Amino acid sequence: MQIYLPIAEVSVNAFLLLGLGGIVGVLSGMFGVGGGFLMTPLLFFIGIPPAVAVATEANQIVASSFSGVLAHLKRQTVDLRMGGVLLVGGLVGAAVGVEVFTLLREMGQVDLLVKLCYVVFLGLIGGLMFIESLRAIRRSRAPGTTKVIRKQRTWIHALPFKMKFRTSGLYISVIPPLVVGVLVGILAAIMGVGGGFIMVPAMIYILGMPTKVVVGTSLFQIIFVTAFTTLLHATTNYTVDMILAVLLLIGGVIGAQIGARIGVKLKAEQLRILLAIMVLAVCGKLALDLLLTPAEIYSIGTGGHG
Amino acid sequence: MRRLFALLCLLLPTQVHAFAAEDVVADLSQNRVSINTSFDGSEILVFGAVKRSRPVPVGTPSLEVIITVSGPSEPVTVRKKDRRLGIWVNTESVDIDAAPSFYAVATSGALGDVLTETEDQRHKVSVARAIRSVGAPASISDAQSFTEALMRIRANDELYVTSEGSVELVQETLFNTEIRLPANLVEGAYETRIFLTRGGEVTAIYNDVIEVSKVGLERFIYNLAHEQPLIYGLLSLFIAISAGWLASAVFRFIR
Repeated sequence: MQIYLPIAEVSVNAFLLLGLGGIVGVLSGMFGVGGGFLMTPLLFFIGIPPAVAVATEANQIVASSFSGVLAHLKRQTVDLRMGGVLLVGGLVGAAVGVEVFTLLREMGQVDLLVKLCYVVFLGLIGGLMFIESLRAIRRSRAPGTTKVIRKQRTWIHALPFKMKFRTSGLYISVIPPLVVGVLVGILAAIMGVGGGFIMVPAMIYILGMPTKVVVGTSLFQIIFVTAFTTLLHATTNYTVDMILAVLLLIGGVIGAQIGARIGVKLKAEQLRILLAIMVLAVCGKLALDLLLTPAEIYSIGTGGHG
Repeated sequence: MRRLFALLCLLLPTQVHAFAAEDVVADLSQNRVSINTSFDGSEILVFGAVKRSRPVPVGTPSLEVIITVSGPSEPVTVRKKDRRLGIWVNTESVDIDAAPSFYAVATSGALGDVLTETEDQRHKVSVARAIRSVGAPASISDAQSFTEALMRIRANDELYVTSEGSVELVQETLFNTEIRLPANLVEGAYETRIFLTRGGEVTAIYNDVIEVSKVGLERFIYNLAHEQPLIYGLLSLFIAISAGWLASAVFRFIR
Protein backbone atom coordinates (compact mmCIF):
# COMPACT_ATOMS: atom_id res chain seq x y z
CA MET A 1 0.00 0.00 0.00
CA GLN A 2 1.62 3.21 -1.16
CA ILE A 3 1.20 6.22 1.06
CA TYR A 4 2.03 9.82 0.20
CA LEU A 5 3.97 11.65 2.90
CA PRO A 6 2.80 15.29 3.02
CA ILE A 7 6.05 16.84 4.22
CA ALA A 8 8.62 14.55 2.64
CA GLU A 9 6.58 14.78 -0.59
CA VAL A 10 7.39 11.25 -1.61
CA SER A 11 5.22 8.19 -1.90
CA VAL A 12 6.45 5.15 -0.02
CA ASN A 13 5.08 1.76 0.90
CA ALA A 14 3.28 1.93 4.25
CA PHE A 15 4.09 -1.68 5.09
CA LEU A 16 7.75 -1.05 4.41
CA LEU A 17 7.67 1.76 6.98
CA LEU A 18 5.74 -0.35 9.49
CA GLY A 19 8.23 -3.16 8.91
CA LEU A 20 11.24 -0.90 9.33
CA GLY A 21 9.73 0.52 12.50
CA GLY A 22 9.09 -3.01 13.69
CA ILE A 23 12.58 -4.33 12.97
CA VAL A 24 14.30 -1.35 14.54
CA GLY A 25 11.83 -1.62 17.43
CA VAL A 26 12.78 -5.27 17.99
CA LEU A 27 16.46 -4.35 17.98
CA SER A 28 15.99 -1.42 20.33
CA GLY A 29 13.93 -3.57 22.67
CA MET A 30 16.62 -6.25 22.61
CA PHE A 31 19.57 -3.96 23.18
CA GLY A 32 17.97 -1.15 25.14
CA VAL A 33 18.97 1.53 22.65
CA GLY A 34 16.74 4.12 21.04
CA GLY A 35 17.35 2.80 17.56
CA GLY A 36 17.57 6.24 16.02
CA PHE A 37 21.09 5.59 14.81
CA LEU A 38 19.74 2.66 12.77
CA MET A 39 16.44 4.15 11.68
CA THR A 40 17.74 7.44 10.31
CA PRO A 41 20.22 5.83 7.86
CA LEU A 42 17.54 3.32 6.87
CA LEU A 43 15.22 6.21 6.06
CA PHE A 44 17.98 7.72 3.88
CA PHE A 45 18.26 4.40 2.04
CA ILE A 46 14.56 4.25 1.16
CA GLY A 47 14.64 7.78 -0.24
CA ILE A 48 13.28 10.03 2.51
CA PRO A 49 15.06 13.41 2.24
CA PRO A 50 17.74 13.54 4.97
CA ALA A 51 16.34 16.71 6.54
CA VAL A 52 12.92 15.09 6.96
CA ALA A 53 14.40 11.81 8.16
CA VAL A 54 16.43 13.52 10.88
CA ALA A 55 13.58 15.70 12.17
CA THR A 56 10.94 12.97 12.07
CA GLU A 57 13.17 10.44 13.73
CA ALA A 58 13.67 12.84 16.64
CA ASN A 59 9.91 12.84 17.08
CA GLN A 60 9.78 9.05 17.05
CA ILE A 61 12.50 8.78 19.69
CA VAL A 62 10.34 10.87 22.03
CA ALA A 63 7.77 8.10 21.89
CA SER A 64 10.10 5.17 22.42
CA SER A 65 12.05 6.90 25.21
CA PHE A 66 8.86 7.92 26.98
CA SER A 67 7.65 4.34 26.84
CA GLY A 68 10.95 3.18 28.27
CA VAL A 69 11.34 5.80 30.98
CA LEU A 70 7.98 4.93 32.54
CA ALA A 71 9.30 1.47 33.33
CA HIS A 72 12.51 2.91 34.77
CA LEU A 73 10.66 5.47 36.92
CA LYS A 74 8.71 2.62 38.47
CA ARG A 75 11.94 0.82 39.32
CA GLN A 76 13.41 4.11 40.61
CA THR A 77 16.43 3.81 38.36
CA VAL A 78 16.32 7.40 37.15
CA ASP A 79 18.66 10.00 38.63
CA LEU A 80 16.42 13.01 38.14
CA ARG A 81 19.03 15.46 39.39
CA MET A 82 21.72 14.20 37.06
CA GLY A 83 19.12 14.02 34.30
CA GLY A 84 18.28 17.67 34.94
CA VAL A 85 21.90 18.78 34.67
CA LEU A 86 22.41 16.76 31.49
CA LEU A 87 19.18 18.21 30.19
CA VAL A 88 20.31 21.82 30.63
CA GLY A 89 23.40 21.00 28.60
CA GLY A 90 21.34 19.02 26.13
CA LEU A 91 18.92 21.86 25.39
CA VAL A 92 21.79 24.26 24.73
CA GLY A 93 23.41 21.66 22.50
CA ALA A 94 20.20 20.97 20.60
CA ALA A 95 19.71 24.68 19.89
CA VAL A 96 23.27 24.91 18.57
CA GLY A 97 22.82 21.70 16.58
CA VAL A 98 19.66 22.90 14.81
CA GLU A 99 21.40 26.21 13.98
CA VAL A 100 24.35 24.32 12.49
CA PHE A 101 21.94 22.05 10.64
CA THR A 102 20.04 24.97 9.09
CA LEU A 103 23.27 26.71 8.13
CA LEU A 104 24.72 23.62 6.47
CA ARG A 105 21.44 22.89 4.76
CA GLU A 106 21.74 26.25 3.04
CA MET A 107 25.32 25.45 2.09
CA GLY A 108 24.36 22.07 0.66
CA GLN A 109 26.63 20.21 3.04
CA VAL A 110 24.07 18.75 5.41
CA ASP A 111 24.18 15.26 3.89
CA LEU A 112 27.92 15.16 4.24
CA LEU A 113 27.90 16.32 7.84
CA VAL A 114 25.17 13.90 8.88
CA LYS A 115 26.89 11.00 7.17
CA LEU A 116 30.31 11.90 8.53
CA CYS A 117 28.90 12.10 12.05
CA TYR A 118 27.39 8.67 11.58
CA VAL A 119 30.55 7.09 10.22
CA VAL A 120 32.74 8.54 12.96
CA PHE A 121 30.46 7.80 15.89
CA LEU A 122 29.12 4.46 14.75
CA GLY A 123 32.64 3.34 13.92
CA LEU A 124 33.96 4.46 17.28
CA ILE A 125 31.17 3.07 19.43
CA GLY A 126 30.78 -0.10 17.37
CA GLY A 127 34.51 -0.79 17.43
CA LEU A 128 34.83 -0.20 21.16
CA MET A 129 31.80 -2.29 21.93
CA PHE A 130 33.04 -5.12 19.72
CA ILE A 131 36.46 -5.26 21.38
CA GLU A 132 34.96 -4.92 24.82
CA SER A 133 32.44 -7.74 24.35
CA LEU A 134 35.04 -10.01 22.74
CA ARG A 135 37.12 -9.54 25.88
CA ALA A 136 34.12 -10.23 28.08
CA ILE A 137 33.41 -13.46 26.22
CA ARG A 138 37.04 -14.53 26.51
CA ARG A 139 37.00 -13.70 30.23
CA SER A 140 33.91 -15.79 30.83
CA ARG A 141 35.57 -18.72 29.04
CA ALA A 142 38.70 -18.50 31.14
CA PRO A 143 37.47 -18.81 34.71
CA GLY A 144 39.63 -17.91 37.66
CA THR A 145 40.56 -14.43 36.53
CA THR A 146 38.72 -11.96 38.68
CA LYS A 147 37.52 -8.67 37.41
CA VAL A 148 39.51 -5.76 38.76
CA ILE A 149 37.40 -2.80 39.75
CA ARG A 150 39.32 0.39 40.07
CA LYS A 151 37.76 3.55 41.35
CA GLN A 152 40.29 6.15 40.45
CA ARG A 153 40.28 9.85 41.14
CA THR A 154 40.78 11.57 37.81
CA TRP A 155 40.84 15.17 36.71
CA ILE A 156 37.03 15.00 36.75
CA HIS A 157 37.10 15.17 40.52
CA ALA A 158 39.31 18.24 40.60
CA LEU A 159 36.78 20.53 38.92
CA PRO A 160 34.78 23.16 40.85
CA PHE A 161 30.95 23.53 41.30
CA LYS A 162 30.49 20.17 42.97
CA MET A 163 27.03 18.80 43.42
CA LYS A 164 25.53 15.77 45.17
CA PHE A 165 23.77 13.22 43.00
CA ARG A 166 22.16 10.95 45.55
CA THR A 167 20.62 8.33 43.26
CA SER A 168 23.94 7.86 41.50
CA GLY A 169 25.89 8.10 44.73
CA LEU A 170 28.18 10.73 43.26
CA TYR A 171 29.64 13.99 44.47
CA ILE A 172 31.15 15.58 41.36
CA SER A 173 31.41 18.87 39.54
CA VAL A 174 28.47 19.82 37.31
CA ILE A 175 30.81 20.76 34.44
CA PRO A 176 31.39 17.26 32.98
CA PRO A 177 27.67 16.37 32.87
CA LEU A 178 26.92 19.76 31.32
CA VAL A 179 29.55 19.26 28.63
CA VAL A 180 28.34 15.72 27.92
CA GLY A 181 24.81 17.10 27.68
CA VAL A 182 25.80 19.82 25.21
CA LEU A 183 27.72 17.41 22.98
CA VAL A 184 24.93 14.86 22.94
CA GLY A 185 22.41 17.63 22.26
CA ILE A 186 24.33 18.83 19.21
CA LEU A 187 24.61 15.29 17.90
CA ALA A 188 20.93 14.62 18.54
CA ALA A 189 19.95 17.61 16.44
CA ILE A 190 22.34 16.88 13.60
CA MET A 191 22.05 13.11 13.45
CA GLY A 192 18.40 12.68 14.40
CA VAL A 193 19.28 10.33 17.21
CA GLY A 194 18.57 10.34 20.91
CA GLY A 195 22.26 10.01 21.55
CA GLY A 196 21.83 7.16 24.03
CA PHE A 197 24.56 5.15 22.36
CA ILE A 198 27.01 7.96 23.09
CA MET A 199 25.58 9.10 26.39
CA VAL A 200 25.49 5.68 28.04
CA PRO A 201 29.23 5.03 27.63
CA ALA A 202 29.97 8.64 28.60
CA MET A 203 27.96 8.33 31.81
CA ILE A 204 29.66 5.09 32.77
CA TYR A 205 33.24 5.87 31.81
CA ILE A 206 33.49 9.66 32.20
CA LEU A 207 31.01 10.46 34.95
CA GLY A 208 31.39 7.11 36.72
CA MET A 209 27.67 6.59 37.26
CA PRO A 210 26.45 3.15 38.40
CA THR A 211 25.21 1.08 35.43
CA LYS A 212 21.76 0.48 36.85
CA VAL A 213 20.73 4.15 36.74
CA VAL A 214 22.43 4.93 33.45
CA VAL A 215 19.81 3.73 30.99
CA GLY A 216 16.84 5.29 32.80
CA THR A 217 18.61 8.61 33.30
CA SER A 218 19.75 8.73 29.70
CA LEU A 219 16.20 7.97 28.50
CA PHE A 220 14.81 10.68 30.78
CA GLN A 221 17.16 13.27 29.34
CA ILE A 222 16.64 12.05 25.77
CA ILE A 223 12.86 12.62 25.92
CA PHE A 224 13.31 16.31 26.58
CA VAL A 225 16.21 16.87 24.24
CA THR A 226 14.53 15.11 21.31
CA ALA A 227 11.21 16.81 22.07
CA PHE A 228 13.00 20.15 21.97
CA THR A 229 14.82 19.13 18.77
CA THR A 230 11.52 18.13 17.17
CA LEU A 231 10.01 21.51 18.02
CA LEU A 232 13.03 23.38 16.67
CA HIS A 233 13.07 21.39 13.43
CA ALA A 234 9.31 21.85 13.08
CA THR A 235 9.49 25.61 13.52
CA THR A 236 12.69 26.41 11.63
CA ASN A 237 12.94 23.79 8.89
CA TYR A 238 9.30 22.51 8.63
CA THR A 239 10.68 19.02 8.21
CA VAL A 240 8.74 16.91 10.72
CA ASP A 241 6.49 14.51 8.81
CA MET A 242 3.63 13.48 11.05
CA ILE A 243 2.41 10.60 8.90
CA LEU A 244 5.91 9.16 8.61
CA ALA A 245 6.34 9.48 12.37
CA VAL A 246 3.05 7.73 13.13
CA LEU A 247 3.85 4.80 10.81
CA LEU A 248 7.28 4.37 12.36
CA LEU A 249 5.79 4.67 15.85
CA ILE A 250 3.26 1.91 15.37
CA GLY A 251 5.88 -0.51 14.08
CA GLY A 252 8.38 0.67 16.67
CA VAL A 253 6.32 0.27 19.85
CA ILE A 254 5.11 -3.20 18.85
CA GLY A 255 8.59 -4.27 17.80
CA ALA A 256 10.11 -2.98 21.05
CA GLN A 257 7.87 -5.23 23.13
CA ILE A 258 8.79 -8.29 21.06
CA GLY A 259 12.46 -7.33 21.18
CA ALA A 260 12.43 -6.96 24.95
CA ARG A 261 11.24 -10.58 25.26
CA ILE A 262 13.88 -11.91 22.87
CA GLY A 263 16.52 -9.89 24.73
CA VAL A 264 15.80 -11.65 28.01
CA LYS A 265 16.69 -15.01 26.47
CA LEU A 266 20.09 -13.96 25.14
CA LYS A 267 23.32 -13.52 27.08
CA ALA A 268 24.54 -9.98 27.68
CA GLU A 269 27.86 -10.51 25.86
CA GLN A 270 26.17 -12.11 22.88
CA LEU A 271 23.73 -9.23 22.74
CA ARG A 272 26.47 -6.67 22.83
CA ILE A 273 28.56 -8.32 20.17
CA LEU A 274 25.51 -8.58 17.89
CA LEU A 275 24.76 -4.92 18.44
CA ALA A 276 28.40 -4.05 17.75
CA ILE A 277 28.35 -5.96 14.46
CA MET A 278 25.14 -4.23 13.44
CA VAL A 279 26.49 -0.80 14.29
CA LEU A 280 29.67 -1.51 12.34
CA ALA A 281 27.67 -2.75 9.35
CA VAL A 282 25.65 0.48 9.16
CA CYS A 283 28.86 2.45 9.60
CA GLY A 284 30.56 0.48 6.82
CA LYS A 285 27.72 1.06 4.38
CA LEU A 286 27.75 4.81 5.03
CA ALA A 287 31.54 4.96 4.82
CA LEU A 288 31.50 3.21 1.44
CA ASP A 289 29.01 5.80 0.17
CA LEU A 290 31.46 8.53 1.06
CA LEU A 291 34.57 6.80 -0.23
CA LEU A 292 33.48 5.10 -3.43
CA THR A 293 32.96 7.07 -6.60
CA PRO A 294 29.22 7.79 -6.64
CA ALA A 295 27.13 6.73 -9.62
CA GLU A 296 25.85 10.30 -9.94
CA ILE A 297 28.19 13.08 -8.91
CA TYR A 298 25.57 15.77 -9.33
CA SER A 299 22.68 16.43 -6.98
CA ILE A 300 19.75 18.79 -6.99
CA GLY A 301 19.03 21.16 -4.15
CA THR A 302 16.11 23.50 -3.83
CA GLY A 303 16.57 27.05 -4.98
CA GLY A 304 18.34 29.81 -3.23
CA HIS A 305 21.90 30.89 -3.26
CA GLY A 306 25.02 29.58 -1.67
CA MET B 1 -17.45 41.40 -40.40
CA ARG B 2 -15.52 39.01 -42.55
CA ARG B 3 -13.20 41.77 -43.59
CA LEU B 4 -12.56 42.60 -39.96
CA PHE B 5 -11.74 38.97 -39.26
CA ALA B 6 -9.28 38.90 -42.14
CA LEU B 7 -7.66 42.03 -40.79
CA LEU B 8 -7.37 40.47 -37.37
CA CYS B 9 -5.73 37.44 -38.90
CA LEU B 10 -3.14 39.68 -40.49
CA LEU B 11 -2.42 41.39 -37.23
CA LEU B 12 -1.91 38.12 -35.37
CA PRO B 13 1.68 37.12 -34.68
CA THR B 14 3.45 35.26 -37.42
CA GLN B 15 3.54 31.98 -35.54
CA VAL B 16 0.32 30.85 -37.13
CA HIS B 17 0.88 31.38 -40.82
CA ALA B 18 0.50 29.02 -43.74
CA PHE B 19 -2.15 26.71 -42.30
CA ALA B 20 -4.36 29.09 -40.36
CA ALA B 21 -7.33 27.05 -41.38
CA GLU B 22 -6.54 24.39 -38.79
CA ASP B 23 -7.38 24.63 -35.13
CA VAL B 24 -7.27 22.30 -32.11
CA VAL B 25 -10.22 21.21 -30.05
CA ALA B 26 -9.02 19.24 -27.06
CA ASP B 27 -9.78 18.19 -23.55
CA LEU B 28 -8.17 16.37 -20.65
CA SER B 29 -9.61 13.42 -18.79
CA GLN B 30 -9.20 15.45 -15.63
CA ASN B 31 -8.30 19.05 -14.85
CA ARG B 32 -7.74 18.41 -11.18
CA VAL B 33 -5.37 15.96 -9.57
CA SER B 34 -5.81 15.46 -5.86
CA ILE B 35 -2.91 14.25 -3.80
CA ASN B 36 -4.46 12.30 -0.97
CA THR B 37 -2.81 9.88 1.43
CA SER B 38 -2.97 6.99 -1.02
CA PHE B 39 -1.80 9.03 -4.02
CA ASP B 40 0.38 6.90 -6.24
CA GLY B 41 0.64 8.89 -9.44
CA SER B 42 -2.07 9.56 -11.94
CA GLU B 43 -2.70 9.15 -15.64
CA ILE B 44 -4.08 12.02 -17.64
CA LEU B 45 -5.67 11.25 -20.95
CA VAL B 46 -5.25 14.09 -23.42
CA PHE B 47 -7.48 13.82 -26.45
CA GLY B 48 -8.78 16.09 -29.19
CA ALA B 49 -9.48 16.73 -32.81
CA VAL B 50 -8.26 19.03 -35.53
CA LYS B 51 -10.89 21.45 -36.78
CA ARG B 52 -10.57 22.44 -40.45
CA SER B 53 -12.54 24.97 -42.42
CA ARG B 54 -11.24 23.70 -45.76
CA PRO B 55 -9.50 20.56 -47.01
CA VAL B 56 -5.75 20.32 -46.80
CA PRO B 57 -4.11 21.23 -50.14
CA VAL B 58 -2.24 18.40 -51.82
CA GLY B 59 1.47 18.40 -51.10
CA THR B 60 1.38 20.05 -47.67
CA PRO B 61 3.65 18.35 -45.13
CA SER B 62 1.93 15.86 -42.83
CA LEU B 63 0.27 17.01 -39.64
CA GLU B 64 2.02 16.26 -36.36
CA VAL B 65 0.95 16.76 -32.76
CA ILE B 66 3.12 17.65 -29.75
CA ILE B 67 1.70 17.67 -26.23
CA THR B 68 3.57 19.08 -23.23
CA VAL B 69 2.67 19.11 -19.55
CA SER B 70 4.76 21.32 -17.34
CA GLY B 71 4.77 21.52 -13.54
CA PRO B 72 5.43 24.74 -11.65
CA SER B 73 8.90 26.16 -12.31
CA GLU B 74 11.22 26.99 -9.48
CA PRO B 75 14.86 27.87 -9.07
CA VAL B 76 17.10 24.91 -8.29
CA THR B 77 20.71 24.50 -7.30
CA VAL B 78 22.69 21.75 -8.96
CA ARG B 79 25.69 20.64 -6.95
CA LYS B 80 28.64 18.62 -8.05
CA LYS B 81 30.61 16.26 -5.86
CA ASP B 82 34.36 16.07 -5.92
CA ARG B 83 36.85 13.99 -4.03
CA ARG B 84 38.39 16.01 -1.23
CA LEU B 85 40.72 14.30 1.25
CA GLY B 86 39.51 10.95 0.04
CA ILE B 87 35.80 11.52 0.53
CA TRP B 88 33.16 12.82 -1.84
CA VAL B 89 31.90 16.29 -0.96
CA ASN B 90 29.69 18.81 -2.69
CA THR B 91 31.92 21.46 -4.18
CA GLU B 92 30.84 23.48 -7.21
CA SER B 93 27.23 24.51 -7.63
CA VAL B 94 25.20 26.20 -10.34
CA ASP B 95 21.92 28.02 -9.69
CA ILE B 96 19.38 27.42 -12.39
CA ASP B 97 16.83 30.21 -12.59
CA ALA B 98 13.78 28.16 -13.36
CA ALA B 99 13.30 24.48 -13.93
CA PRO B 100 9.88 22.85 -14.08
CA SER B 101 9.32 20.37 -11.27
CA PHE B 102 7.77 18.04 -13.84
CA TYR B 103 7.90 18.09 -17.61
CA ALA B 104 6.47 15.67 -20.12
CA VAL B 105 6.64 15.90 -23.90
CA ALA B 106 4.64 13.50 -26.04
CA THR B 107 4.84 13.65 -29.82
CA SER B 108 3.45 11.86 -32.82
CA GLY B 109 6.91 11.45 -34.35
CA ALA B 110 10.59 11.99 -33.61
CA LEU B 111 10.87 15.41 -31.95
CA GLY B 112 13.62 16.49 -34.34
CA ASP B 113 11.34 15.78 -37.29
CA VAL B 114 8.12 17.33 -36.07
CA LEU B 115 9.61 20.57 -34.75
CA THR B 116 12.36 22.78 -36.08
CA GLU B 117 15.07 24.16 -33.83
CA THR B 118 13.76 27.72 -34.26
CA GLU B 119 10.22 26.78 -33.33
CA ASP B 120 11.49 24.82 -30.33
CA GLN B 121 13.37 27.90 -29.19
CA ARG B 122 10.35 30.14 -29.65
CA HIS B 123 7.83 27.91 -27.88
CA LYS B 124 10.21 26.17 -25.46
CA VAL B 125 8.91 22.71 -26.20
CA SER B 126 11.74 20.25 -25.53
CA VAL B 127 12.93 19.51 -22.00
CA ALA B 128 16.22 21.31 -22.56
CA ARG B 129 14.39 24.48 -23.68
CA ALA B 130 11.95 24.35 -20.79
CA ILE B 131 14.80 24.89 -18.32
CA ARG B 132 15.82 28.50 -18.06
CA SER B 133 19.39 29.04 -17.05
CA VAL B 134 20.98 32.43 -17.32
CA GLY B 135 24.70 32.44 -16.81
CA ALA B 136 26.65 30.33 -14.35
CA PRO B 137 29.38 31.80 -12.15
CA ALA B 138 32.56 32.49 -14.11
CA SER B 139 34.46 29.99 -11.98
CA ILE B 140 32.54 27.13 -13.56
CA SER B 141 33.69 26.14 -16.98
CA ASP B 142 31.19 23.46 -17.93
CA ALA B 143 27.86 24.94 -16.84
CA GLN B 144 26.18 22.91 -19.56
CA SER B 145 27.00 19.65 -17.78
CA PHE B 146 25.10 20.89 -14.71
CA THR B 147 21.96 21.44 -16.76
CA GLU B 148 22.43 18.05 -18.35
CA ALA B 149 22.81 16.50 -14.91
CA LEU B 150 19.56 18.12 -13.81
CA MET B 151 17.80 16.66 -16.84
CA ARG B 152 19.35 13.24 -16.29
CA ILE B 153 18.47 13.05 -12.59
CA ARG B 154 14.91 14.21 -13.12
CA ALA B 155 14.52 11.83 -16.06
CA ASN B 156 15.62 8.97 -13.80
CA ASP B 157 12.98 10.05 -11.27
CA GLU B 158 10.37 9.96 -14.06
CA LEU B 159 9.94 13.69 -13.66
CA TYR B 160 11.21 14.64 -17.11
CA VAL B 161 9.73 12.42 -19.77
CA THR B 162 10.10 12.67 -23.51
CA SER B 163 8.02 10.04 -25.25
CA GLU B 164 8.37 10.38 -28.98
CA GLY B 165 5.71 8.73 -31.07
CA SER B 166 3.35 8.22 -28.15
CA VAL B 167 0.65 10.51 -29.52
CA GLU B 168 -1.78 8.46 -31.54
CA LEU B 169 -2.96 10.38 -34.57
CA VAL B 170 -5.85 9.08 -36.63
CA GLN B 171 -6.30 10.38 -40.18
CA GLU B 172 -4.64 13.67 -39.30
CA THR B 173 -7.77 14.53 -37.34
CA LEU B 174 -8.17 12.68 -34.06
CA PHE B 175 -5.37 12.40 -31.56
CA ASN B 176 -4.90 11.12 -28.03
CA THR B 177 -2.14 10.29 -25.60
CA GLU B 178 -1.68 9.42 -21.99
CA ILE B 179 0.56 11.44 -19.71
CA ARG B 180 1.65 9.69 -16.56
CA LEU B 181 2.09 11.88 -13.50
CA PRO B 182 4.44 10.14 -11.04
CA ALA B 183 3.83 9.76 -7.30
CA ASN B 184 6.45 12.30 -6.29
CA LEU B 185 4.52 15.32 -7.58
CA VAL B 186 4.55 18.79 -6.12
CA GLU B 187 1.50 21.00 -5.91
CA GLY B 188 0.68 23.67 -8.43
CA ALA B 189 -0.79 24.50 -11.81
CA TYR B 190 0.43 22.12 -14.49
CA GLU B 191 0.35 23.92 -17.81
CA THR B 192 -0.71 21.70 -20.69
CA ARG B 193 0.00 22.72 -24.27
CA ILE B 194 -0.94 21.06 -27.51
CA PHE B 195 0.91 22.07 -30.67
CA LEU B 196 -0.06 21.21 -34.22
CA THR B 197 2.88 21.30 -36.59
CA ARG B 198 3.37 20.88 -40.29
CA GLY B 199 6.86 20.59 -41.71
CA GLY B 200 8.27 21.48 -38.31
CA GLU B 201 6.34 24.77 -38.09
CA VAL B 202 3.77 25.33 -35.36
CA THR B 203 0.37 25.96 -36.89
CA ALA B 204 -1.93 25.95 -33.87
CA ILE B 205 -1.65 25.96 -30.09
CA TYR B 206 -4.11 24.94 -27.42
CA ASN B 207 -3.60 25.70 -23.72
CA ASP B 208 -5.09 24.08 -20.66
CA VAL B 209 -4.23 23.71 -17.00
CA ILE B 210 -4.23 20.76 -14.63
CA GLU B 211 -4.49 21.75 -10.99
CA VAL B 212 -2.50 19.49 -8.71
CA SER B 213 -3.19 19.97 -5.03
CA LYS B 214 -3.00 18.12 -1.77
CA VAL B 215 -6.40 17.38 -0.28
CA GLY B 216 -7.84 16.12 2.98
CA LEU B 217 -5.35 15.00 5.58
CA GLU B 218 -2.36 15.82 3.37
CA ARG B 219 -3.61 19.37 2.89
CA PHE B 220 -4.34 19.76 6.58
CA ILE B 221 -0.95 18.49 7.74
CA TYR B 222 0.99 20.48 5.17
CA ASN B 223 -0.83 23.71 6.00
CA LEU B 224 -0.52 23.20 9.71
CA ALA B 225 3.20 22.46 9.43
CA HIS B 226 3.85 25.64 7.48
CA GLU B 227 1.35 28.05 8.99
CA GLN B 228 1.30 26.94 12.63
CA PRO B 229 4.67 25.24 13.05
CA LEU B 230 4.64 25.50 16.83
CA ILE B 231 1.22 23.91 17.18
CA TYR B 232 2.22 21.30 14.62
CA GLY B 233 5.39 20.48 16.55
CA LEU B 234 3.49 20.25 19.83
CA LEU B 235 0.86 18.05 18.22
CA SER B 236 3.58 15.73 16.87
CA LEU B 237 5.05 15.50 20.36
CA PHE B 238 1.64 14.86 21.87
CA ILE B 239 1.08 11.97 19.45
CA ALA B 240 4.52 10.59 20.26
CA ILE B 241 4.08 10.85 24.03
CA SER B 242 0.64 9.29 24.00
CA ALA B 243 1.83 6.48 21.74
CA GLY B 244 4.72 5.83 24.12
CA TRP B 245 2.41 5.85 27.12
CA LEU B 246 -0.12 3.64 25.37
CA ALA B 247 2.55 1.11 24.41
CA SER B 248 3.81 0.84 27.96
CA ALA B 249 0.26 0.65 29.37
CA VAL B 250 -0.79 -2.08 26.93
CA PHE B 251 2.38 -4.00 27.63
CA ARG B 252 1.78 -3.87 31.38
CA PHE B 253 -1.79 -5.05 30.83
CA ILE B 254 -0.63 -8.02 28.73
CA ARG B 255 1.87 -9.04 31.39
